[in-house]
Amino acid sequence: MSTAAYAAVVTAAEGEAPSGIQLLIPAGYDIFWSIVVLVGIAVPFYRYVLPKFQAVLDERTRRIEGGIAQAETAQAEAAAALAENQQLLADARAEAARIREEARAEGGQIKAEARTAAQEEAARILENAQRQIEAERQQAAVSLRSDVGTLATELASKIVGESLEDEARRSRVVDRFLDELEASTATSAGKGS
Amino acid sequence: MPLAAEEGGFHAPTIADFFPHPVLFEGTFAEFNRMQLVRIIAAVVLVVLMVVAARRAKLVPSRGQNVAELLLDFVRVNVAEDIIGKEKAHKYVALLTTIFFAILAFNITGIIPGLNIAGTSLIGLPVMLALWVYVMYLGAGIRHHGLGGFLKTSLFPPGVPPFLYVLLTPVEFLTVFILRPATLAIRLMANMVAGHLMLVLCFSATDFFVRSMSGMTVFAVPSLLGGFAITLFEVFVAALQAYIFVVLTAVYISLSIADEH
Repeated sequence: MSTAAYAAVVTAAEGEAPSGIQLLIPAGYDIFWSIVVLVGIAVPFYRYVLPKFQAVLDERTRRIEGGIAQAETAQAEAAAALAENQQLLADARAEAARIREEARAEGGQIKAEARTAAQEEAARILENAQRQIEAERQQAAVSLRSDVGTLATELASKIVGESLEDEARRSRVVDRFLDELEASTATSAGKGS
Repeated sequence: MPLAAEEGGFHAPTIADFFPHPVLFEGTFAEFNRMQLVRIIAAVVLVVLMVVAARRAKLVPSRGQNVAELLLDFVRVNVAEDIIGKEKAHKYVALLTTIFFAILAFNITGIIPGLNIAGTSLIGLPVMLALWVYVMYLGAGIRHHGLGGFLKTSLFPPGVPPFLYVLLTPVEFLTVFILRPATLAIRLMANMVAGHLMLVLCFSATDFFVRSMSGMTVFAVPSLLGGFAITLFEVFVAALQAYIFVVLTAVYISLSIADEH
Protein backbone atom coordinates (compact mmCIF):
# COMPACT_ATOMS: atom_id res chain seq x y z
CA MET A 1 0.00 0.00 0.00
CA SER A 2 1.43 3.30 -1.02
CA THR A 3 1.63 6.19 1.35
CA ALA A 4 -0.88 8.15 -0.66
CA ALA A 5 -3.36 5.28 -0.66
CA TYR A 6 -2.90 4.81 3.09
CA ALA A 7 -3.42 8.51 3.69
CA ALA A 8 -6.55 8.35 1.58
CA VAL A 9 -7.87 5.44 3.64
CA VAL A 10 -7.12 7.18 6.89
CA THR A 11 -8.59 10.42 5.63
CA ALA A 12 -11.74 8.66 4.63
CA ALA A 13 -11.92 7.01 8.03
CA GLU A 14 -11.14 10.12 10.10
CA GLY A 15 -12.86 12.83 8.13
CA GLU A 16 -11.34 15.51 5.95
CA ALA A 17 -7.94 16.49 7.26
CA PRO A 18 -6.89 19.98 6.21
CA SER A 19 -3.30 20.57 5.32
CA GLY A 20 -0.90 23.44 4.97
CA ILE A 21 -2.00 26.85 6.14
CA GLN A 22 -5.50 25.51 6.72
CA LEU A 23 -4.18 23.85 9.86
CA LEU A 24 -3.71 27.31 11.32
CA ILE A 25 -7.12 28.63 10.37
CA PRO A 26 -9.74 27.46 12.80
CA ALA A 27 -12.99 26.03 11.52
CA GLY A 28 -16.25 27.62 12.63
CA TYR A 29 -17.18 24.77 14.94
CA ASP A 30 -13.70 24.85 16.46
CA ILE A 31 -14.08 28.55 17.28
CA PHE A 32 -17.61 28.01 18.62
CA TRP A 33 -16.69 25.22 21.00
CA SER A 34 -13.48 26.97 22.05
CA ILE A 35 -15.51 29.99 23.07
CA VAL A 36 -17.99 27.74 24.87
CA VAL A 37 -15.32 26.01 26.96
CA LEU A 38 -13.36 29.19 27.63
CA VAL A 39 -16.44 31.10 28.76
CA GLY A 40 -17.44 28.04 30.75
CA ILE A 41 -14.14 28.22 32.59
CA ALA A 42 -13.77 31.99 32.77
CA VAL A 43 -17.18 32.79 34.25
CA PRO A 44 -16.92 30.53 37.33
CA PHE A 45 -13.28 31.54 37.79
CA TYR A 46 -13.97 35.28 37.63
CA ARG A 47 -17.26 35.13 39.49
CA TYR A 48 -16.56 32.61 42.22
CA VAL A 49 -13.28 30.69 42.39
CA LEU A 50 -10.75 33.51 42.31
CA PRO A 51 -12.68 35.99 44.53
CA LYS A 52 -13.27 33.22 47.05
CA PHE A 53 -9.61 32.27 47.24
CA GLN A 54 -8.65 35.94 47.34
CA ALA A 55 -11.06 36.48 50.22
CA VAL A 56 -9.58 33.53 52.09
CA LEU A 57 -6.05 34.78 51.48
CA ASP A 58 -6.93 38.32 52.54
CA GLU A 59 -8.67 37.02 55.63
CA ARG A 60 -5.64 34.91 56.46
CA THR A 61 -3.33 37.90 56.04
CA ARG A 62 -5.65 39.99 58.19
CA ARG A 63 -5.73 37.32 60.88
CA ILE A 64 -1.96 36.97 60.89
CA GLU A 65 -1.51 40.74 61.13
CA GLY A 66 -4.21 40.84 63.81
CA GLY A 67 -2.43 38.07 65.68
CA ILE A 68 0.86 39.93 65.53
CA ALA A 69 -0.80 43.14 66.75
CA GLN A 70 -2.51 41.20 69.49
CA ALA A 71 0.77 39.64 70.55
CA GLU A 72 2.35 43.09 70.65
CA THR A 73 -0.50 44.41 72.76
CA ALA A 74 -0.23 41.45 75.09
CA GLN A 75 3.50 42.01 75.41
CA ALA A 76 2.99 45.69 76.16
CA GLU A 77 0.36 44.78 78.73
CA ALA A 78 2.68 42.27 80.31
CA ALA A 79 5.46 44.87 80.46
CA ALA A 80 3.06 47.37 82.04
CA ALA A 81 1.90 44.77 84.56
CA LEU A 82 5.51 43.93 85.40
CA ALA A 83 6.35 47.60 85.93
CA GLU A 84 3.25 47.99 88.05
CA ASN A 85 4.18 44.97 90.13
CA GLN A 86 7.67 46.28 90.65
CA GLN A 87 6.24 49.65 91.64
CA LEU A 88 3.89 47.93 94.07
CA LEU A 89 6.76 45.90 95.48
CA ALA A 90 8.87 49.01 95.96
CA ASP A 91 5.92 50.78 97.60
CA ALA A 92 5.38 47.81 99.87
CA ARG A 93 9.04 47.77 100.85
CA ALA A 94 8.96 51.48 101.61
CA GLU A 95 5.77 51.03 103.61
CA ALA A 96 7.31 48.19 105.58
CA ALA A 97 10.40 50.26 106.33
CA ARG A 98 8.22 53.17 107.43
CA ILE A 99 6.13 50.95 109.71
CA ARG A 100 9.26 49.44 111.20
CA GLU A 101 10.67 52.88 111.84
CA GLU A 102 7.44 54.03 113.45
CA ALA A 103 7.29 50.93 115.58
CA ARG A 104 10.84 51.50 116.71
CA ALA A 105 10.10 55.12 117.61
CA GLU A 106 6.91 54.16 119.35
CA GLY A 107 8.70 51.40 121.25
CA GLY A 108 11.28 53.91 122.45
CA GLN A 109 8.57 56.25 123.57
CA ILE A 110 6.71 53.48 125.36
CA LYS A 111 9.92 52.47 127.08
CA ALA A 112 10.59 56.05 128.16
CA GLU A 113 7.03 56.43 129.40
CA ALA A 114 7.26 53.18 131.30
CA ARG A 115 10.50 54.30 132.86
CA THR A 116 9.01 57.63 133.90
CA ALA A 117 5.95 55.92 135.30
CA ALA A 118 8.09 53.48 137.22
CA GLN A 119 10.21 56.27 138.64
CA GLU A 120 7.12 58.22 139.66
CA GLU A 121 5.68 55.11 141.25
CA ALA A 122 8.90 54.47 143.07
CA ALA A 123 9.02 58.06 144.30
CA ARG A 124 5.45 57.85 145.41
CA ILE A 125 6.02 54.60 147.27
CA LEU A 126 9.11 56.06 148.89
CA GLU A 127 7.22 59.14 150.02
CA ASN A 128 4.39 57.04 151.40
CA ALA A 129 6.87 54.98 153.29
CA GLN A 130 8.54 58.04 154.76
CA ARG A 131 5.20 59.52 155.65
CA GLN A 132 4.17 56.33 157.37
CA ILE A 133 7.43 56.16 159.20
CA GLU A 134 7.00 59.75 160.38
CA ALA A 135 3.45 59.05 161.53
CA GLU A 136 4.57 55.98 163.38
CA ARG A 137 7.42 57.89 164.95
CA GLN A 138 5.06 60.61 166.16
CA GLN A 139 2.65 58.01 167.42
CA ALA A 140 5.52 56.34 169.20
CA ALA A 141 6.59 59.65 170.68
CA VAL A 142 3.08 60.39 171.87
CA SER A 143 2.73 56.91 173.30
CA LEU A 144 6.18 57.14 174.84
CA ARG A 145 5.35 60.40 176.52
CA SER A 146 2.25 58.99 178.17
CA ASP A 147 4.16 55.85 179.14
CA VAL A 148 6.96 57.91 180.60
CA GLY A 149 4.42 59.86 182.69
CA THR A 150 2.83 56.68 184.04
CA LEU A 151 6.26 55.12 184.56
CA ALA A 152 7.51 58.21 186.32
CA THR A 153 4.44 58.34 188.50
CA GLU A 154 4.90 54.72 189.47
CA LEU A 155 8.57 55.26 190.08
CA ALA A 156 7.81 58.35 192.02
CA SER A 157 5.15 56.64 194.11
CA LYS A 158 7.69 53.92 194.94
CA ILE A 159 10.27 56.45 195.89
CA VAL A 160 7.67 58.48 197.68
CA GLY A 161 6.44 55.42 199.56
CA GLU A 162 9.91 54.85 201.02
CA SER A 163 10.45 58.40 202.26
CA LEU A 164 6.92 59.55 202.95
CA GLU A 165 7.73 60.39 206.63
CA ASP A 166 9.99 63.13 205.57
CA GLU A 167 7.34 65.66 204.57
CA ALA A 168 9.76 68.28 203.51
CA ARG A 169 11.83 65.94 201.32
CA ARG A 170 8.70 64.48 199.75
CA SER A 171 7.35 67.83 198.76
CA ARG A 172 10.67 68.81 197.27
CA VAL A 173 11.06 65.65 195.23
CA VAL A 174 7.58 65.88 193.80
CA ASP A 175 7.96 69.49 192.81
CA ARG A 176 11.29 68.84 191.22
CA PHE A 177 9.97 65.82 189.25
CA LEU A 178 7.00 67.77 187.98
CA ASP A 179 9.21 70.58 186.90
CA GLU A 180 11.53 68.25 185.10
CA LEU A 181 8.60 66.44 183.49
CA GLU A 182 7.13 69.69 182.38
CA ALA A 183 10.40 70.81 180.94
CA SER A 184 10.94 67.55 179.16
CA THR A 185 7.36 67.52 177.73
CA ALA A 186 7.82 71.05 176.53
CA THR A 187 11.06 70.11 174.81
CA SER A 188 9.61 66.99 173.17
CA ALA A 189 6.43 68.84 172.21
CA GLY A 190 8.47 71.59 170.64
CA LYS A 191 10.57 69.03 168.93
CA GLY A 192 7.57 66.98 167.71
CA SER A 193 5.62 69.82 166.11
CA MET B 1 -12.34 0.20 3.44
CA PRO B 2 -10.85 -0.73 6.86
CA LEU B 3 -7.90 -2.15 4.99
CA ALA B 4 -5.25 -1.10 7.51
CA ALA B 5 -6.98 -2.72 10.46
CA GLU B 6 -7.45 -6.00 8.63
CA GLU B 7 -3.83 -6.20 7.68
CA GLY B 8 -2.73 -5.41 11.25
CA GLY B 9 -0.63 -2.72 9.63
CA PHE B 10 1.19 0.09 11.25
CA HIS B 11 -1.11 2.97 12.06
CA ALA B 12 1.11 5.98 11.65
CA PRO B 13 -0.16 9.07 13.43
CA THR B 14 -1.47 11.68 11.01
CA ILE B 15 -2.78 15.16 11.23
CA ALA B 16 -6.22 13.67 10.68
CA ASP B 17 -6.13 12.60 14.36
CA PHE B 18 -6.95 16.18 15.21
CA PHE B 19 -10.00 16.28 12.98
CA PRO B 20 -12.17 13.42 14.23
CA HIS B 21 -15.53 12.50 12.78
CA PRO B 22 -18.37 14.76 13.76
CA VAL B 23 -20.86 13.14 16.10
CA LEU B 24 -23.50 15.84 16.33
CA PHE B 25 -24.69 18.81 14.29
CA GLU B 26 -22.49 17.87 11.36
CA GLY B 27 -21.85 20.70 8.99
CA THR B 28 -23.05 23.43 11.34
CA PHE B 29 -21.05 25.87 13.41
CA ALA B 30 -21.79 23.70 16.46
CA GLU B 31 -20.40 20.52 14.89
CA PHE B 32 -19.47 18.30 17.80
CA ASN B 33 -16.73 15.72 17.70
CA ARG B 34 -14.32 13.90 19.95
CA MET B 35 -12.08 16.94 20.31
CA GLN B 36 -14.95 19.05 21.61
CA LEU B 37 -15.97 16.30 23.99
CA VAL B 38 -12.43 16.20 25.41
CA ARG B 39 -12.43 19.97 25.79
CA ILE B 40 -15.77 19.98 27.55
CA ILE B 41 -14.71 17.19 29.89
CA ALA B 42 -11.51 19.06 30.72
CA ALA B 43 -13.41 22.30 31.32
CA VAL B 44 -16.06 20.64 33.48
CA VAL B 45 -13.49 18.75 35.56
CA LEU B 46 -11.41 21.89 36.04
CA VAL B 47 -14.38 24.04 37.04
CA VAL B 48 -15.80 21.39 39.36
CA LEU B 49 -12.43 20.84 41.04
CA MET B 50 -11.80 24.54 41.53
CA VAL B 51 -15.33 25.35 42.65
CA VAL B 52 -15.20 22.53 45.19
CA ALA B 53 -11.77 23.69 46.34
CA ALA B 54 -13.02 27.27 46.63
CA ARG B 55 -16.15 26.22 48.46
CA ARG B 56 -14.09 24.28 50.99
CA ALA B 57 -11.45 26.99 51.22
CA LYS B 58 -10.70 27.75 54.82
CA LEU B 59 -8.25 29.89 56.72
CA VAL B 60 -6.32 26.81 57.73
CA PRO B 61 -5.92 24.99 54.42
CA SER B 62 -6.46 21.30 53.84
CA ARG B 63 -4.12 19.31 51.64
CA GLY B 64 -6.19 19.84 48.48
CA GLN B 65 -6.53 23.53 49.20
CA ASN B 66 -2.77 23.74 49.64
CA VAL B 67 -2.24 22.38 46.13
CA ALA B 68 -4.77 24.83 44.67
CA GLU B 69 -3.22 27.71 46.59
CA LEU B 70 0.25 26.65 45.49
CA LEU B 71 -0.76 26.99 41.84
CA LEU B 72 -2.70 30.21 42.45
CA ASP B 73 0.24 31.67 44.34
CA PHE B 74 2.59 30.53 41.62
CA VAL B 75 0.70 32.52 39.00
CA ARG B 76 0.13 35.51 41.25
CA VAL B 77 3.63 35.81 42.64
CA ASN B 78 6.00 34.18 40.15
CA VAL B 79 4.22 35.37 37.02
CA ALA B 80 2.04 38.40 37.68
CA GLU B 81 3.93 40.20 40.43
CA ASP B 82 7.41 39.33 39.21
CA ILE B 83 6.77 40.49 35.65
CA ILE B 84 4.14 43.23 35.88
CA GLY B 85 5.16 44.56 39.28
CA LYS B 86 3.40 44.28 42.58
CA GLU B 87 1.25 47.42 42.39
CA LYS B 88 -0.12 46.91 38.88
CA ALA B 89 -0.33 43.11 38.91
CA HIS B 90 -3.55 42.68 40.86
CA LYS B 91 -5.68 43.85 37.91
CA TYR B 92 -4.38 41.03 35.74
CA VAL B 93 -4.07 38.19 38.22
CA ALA B 94 -7.54 36.86 37.42
CA LEU B 95 -6.81 36.82 33.68
CA LEU B 96 -3.45 35.11 34.09
CA THR B 97 -4.74 32.59 36.60
CA THR B 98 -7.74 31.62 34.50
CA ILE B 99 -5.64 31.24 31.36
CA PHE B 100 -3.00 29.22 33.18
CA PHE B 101 -5.50 26.79 34.68
CA ALA B 102 -7.42 26.48 31.43
CA ILE B 103 -4.34 25.76 29.31
CA LEU B 104 -3.01 23.33 31.90
CA ALA B 105 -6.33 21.46 31.90
CA PHE B 106 -6.57 21.34 28.10
CA ASN B 107 -2.92 20.34 27.69
CA ILE B 108 -2.99 17.56 30.24
CA THR B 109 -5.83 15.75 28.46
CA GLY B 110 -3.20 14.69 25.92
CA ILE B 111 -1.85 12.06 28.29
CA ILE B 112 -5.01 11.09 30.15
CA PRO B 113 -6.02 7.58 29.09
CA GLY B 114 -9.33 7.63 27.27
CA LEU B 115 -9.05 11.29 26.32
CA ASN B 116 -5.62 10.99 24.70
CA ILE B 117 -5.66 14.28 22.89
CA ALA B 118 -4.83 17.75 24.08
CA GLY B 119 -7.71 20.19 23.84
CA THR B 120 -5.21 22.80 22.73
CA SER B 121 -3.90 20.71 19.83
CA LEU B 122 -6.57 22.03 17.48
CA ILE B 123 -5.92 25.62 16.48
CA GLY B 124 -9.31 27.08 17.49
CA LEU B 125 -8.74 27.03 21.23
CA PRO B 126 -5.18 28.45 21.12
CA VAL B 127 -6.43 31.15 18.74
CA MET B 128 -9.26 32.09 21.06
CA LEU B 129 -6.88 32.19 24.03
CA ALA B 130 -4.44 34.31 22.06
CA LEU B 131 -7.23 36.65 20.96
CA TRP B 132 -8.35 37.03 24.54
CA VAL B 133 -4.81 37.95 25.56
CA TYR B 134 -4.52 40.23 22.49
CA VAL B 135 -7.63 42.17 23.47
CA MET B 136 -6.47 42.35 27.08
CA TYR B 137 -2.97 43.65 26.42
CA LEU B 138 -4.10 46.13 23.77
CA GLY B 139 -6.90 47.24 26.09
CA ALA B 140 -4.49 47.56 29.01
CA GLY B 141 -2.12 49.67 26.89
CA ILE B 142 -4.85 51.93 25.55
CA ARG B 143 -6.39 52.39 28.97
CA HIS B 144 -3.02 53.27 30.44
CA HIS B 145 -1.62 55.54 27.71
CA GLY B 146 -4.68 56.44 25.65
CA LEU B 147 -4.88 55.26 22.05
CA GLY B 148 -2.33 57.74 20.68
CA GLY B 149 0.03 57.29 23.59
CA PHE B 150 -0.13 53.54 23.30
CA LEU B 151 0.61 53.58 19.57
CA LYS B 152 3.44 56.04 20.13
CA THR B 153 5.13 54.01 22.87
CA SER B 154 4.59 50.73 21.01
CA LEU B 155 5.52 51.76 17.50
CA PHE B 156 8.05 54.48 18.19
CA PRO B 157 10.18 53.18 21.03
CA PRO B 158 12.04 56.07 22.64
CA GLY B 159 15.78 56.44 22.70
CA VAL B 160 16.28 55.55 19.02
CA PRO B 161 17.63 57.86 16.28
CA PRO B 162 14.62 59.04 14.22
CA PHE B 163 15.78 57.61 10.90
CA LEU B 164 15.72 54.10 12.40
CA TYR B 165 11.96 54.35 12.79
CA VAL B 166 11.74 53.57 9.09
CA LEU B 167 12.93 50.10 9.98
CA LEU B 168 11.72 49.82 13.49
CA THR B 169 8.11 50.93 13.23
CA PRO B 170 6.96 48.29 10.73
CA VAL B 171 8.75 45.61 12.74
CA GLU B 172 7.16 46.81 15.95
CA PHE B 173 3.78 46.99 14.25
CA LEU B 174 4.09 43.39 13.07
CA THR B 175 5.25 42.31 16.50
CA VAL B 176 2.55 44.03 18.53
CA PHE B 177 -0.43 43.48 16.29
CA ILE B 178 0.26 40.19 14.51
CA LEU B 179 3.24 38.19 15.68
CA ARG B 180 2.53 38.19 19.41
CA PRO B 181 -0.92 36.59 19.27
CA ALA B 182 0.03 34.38 16.32
CA THR B 183 3.10 32.99 18.02
CA LEU B 184 1.18 32.47 21.24
CA ALA B 185 -1.43 30.36 19.46
CA ILE B 186 0.87 28.48 17.11
CA ARG B 187 3.51 27.69 19.71
CA LEU B 188 0.92 26.16 22.00
CA MET B 189 -0.81 24.18 19.26
CA ALA B 190 2.40 22.96 17.64
CA ASN B 191 3.78 21.69 20.94
CA MET B 192 0.64 19.78 21.68
CA VAL B 193 0.40 18.38 18.17
CA ALA B 194 4.02 17.25 18.26
CA GLY B 195 3.54 15.63 21.66
CA HIS B 196 0.49 13.75 20.46
CA LEU B 197 2.25 12.55 17.32
CA MET B 198 5.22 11.27 19.32
CA LEU B 199 2.99 9.47 21.78
CA VAL B 200 0.90 7.88 19.07
CA LEU B 201 4.03 6.91 17.17
CA CYS B 202 5.49 5.11 20.19
CA PHE B 203 2.31 3.37 21.27
CA SER B 204 1.14 2.34 17.82
CA ALA B 205 4.65 1.04 17.11
CA THR B 206 4.47 -0.99 20.33
CA ASP B 207 1.07 -2.29 19.26
CA PHE B 208 2.39 -3.16 15.83
CA PHE B 209 5.48 -4.95 17.18
CA VAL B 210 3.52 -6.96 19.71
CA ARG B 211 0.94 -8.04 17.16
CA SER B 212 3.49 -8.92 14.51
CA MET B 213 4.53 -11.96 16.64
CA SER B 214 7.88 -12.20 14.91
CA GLY B 215 11.47 -11.25 15.56
CA MET B 216 10.34 -7.66 15.58
CA THR B 217 8.30 -8.17 18.75
CA VAL B 218 11.38 -7.44 20.89
CA PHE B 219 11.28 -3.88 19.61
CA ALA B 220 8.05 -3.43 21.54
CA VAL B 221 10.15 -2.99 24.68
CA PRO B 222 12.08 0.11 23.64
CA SER B 223 9.09 1.63 21.91
CA LEU B 224 6.96 1.11 25.03
CA LEU B 225 9.70 2.60 27.19
CA GLY B 226 9.88 5.49 24.74
CA GLY B 227 6.13 5.98 25.02
CA PHE B 228 6.42 5.95 28.81
CA ALA B 229 9.20 8.54 28.72
CA ILE B 230 7.31 10.74 26.29
CA THR B 231 4.20 10.51 28.47
CA LEU B 232 6.21 11.90 31.39
CA PHE B 233 7.76 14.46 29.08
CA GLU B 234 4.29 15.52 27.96
CA VAL B 235 3.29 16.18 31.58
CA PHE B 236 6.23 18.52 31.75
CA VAL B 237 5.44 20.10 28.38
CA ALA B 238 1.79 20.59 29.35
CA ALA B 239 2.83 22.57 32.43
CA LEU B 240 5.67 24.33 30.62
CA GLN B 241 3.47 25.52 27.74
CA ALA B 242 0.84 26.79 30.15
CA TYR B 243 3.59 28.62 32.03
CA ILE B 244 5.11 30.05 28.86
CA PHE B 245 1.73 31.24 27.68
CA VAL B 246 0.95 33.15 30.88
CA VAL B 247 4.50 34.47 31.21
CA LEU B 248 4.32 35.90 27.68
CA THR B 249 0.86 37.26 28.43
CA ALA B 250 2.23 39.00 31.50
CA VAL B 251 5.20 40.31 29.50
CA TYR B 252 2.94 41.71 26.78
CA ILE B 253 0.70 43.40 29.35
CA SER B 254 3.73 44.75 31.13
CA LEU B 255 5.13 46.12 27.85
CA SER B 256 1.78 47.71 27.04
CA ILE B 257 1.50 49.56 30.33
CA ALA B 258 5.21 50.31 30.72
CA ASP B 259 5.96 54.00 31.21
CA GLU B 260 8.72 55.61 29.22
CA HIS B 261 11.96 55.90 31.02
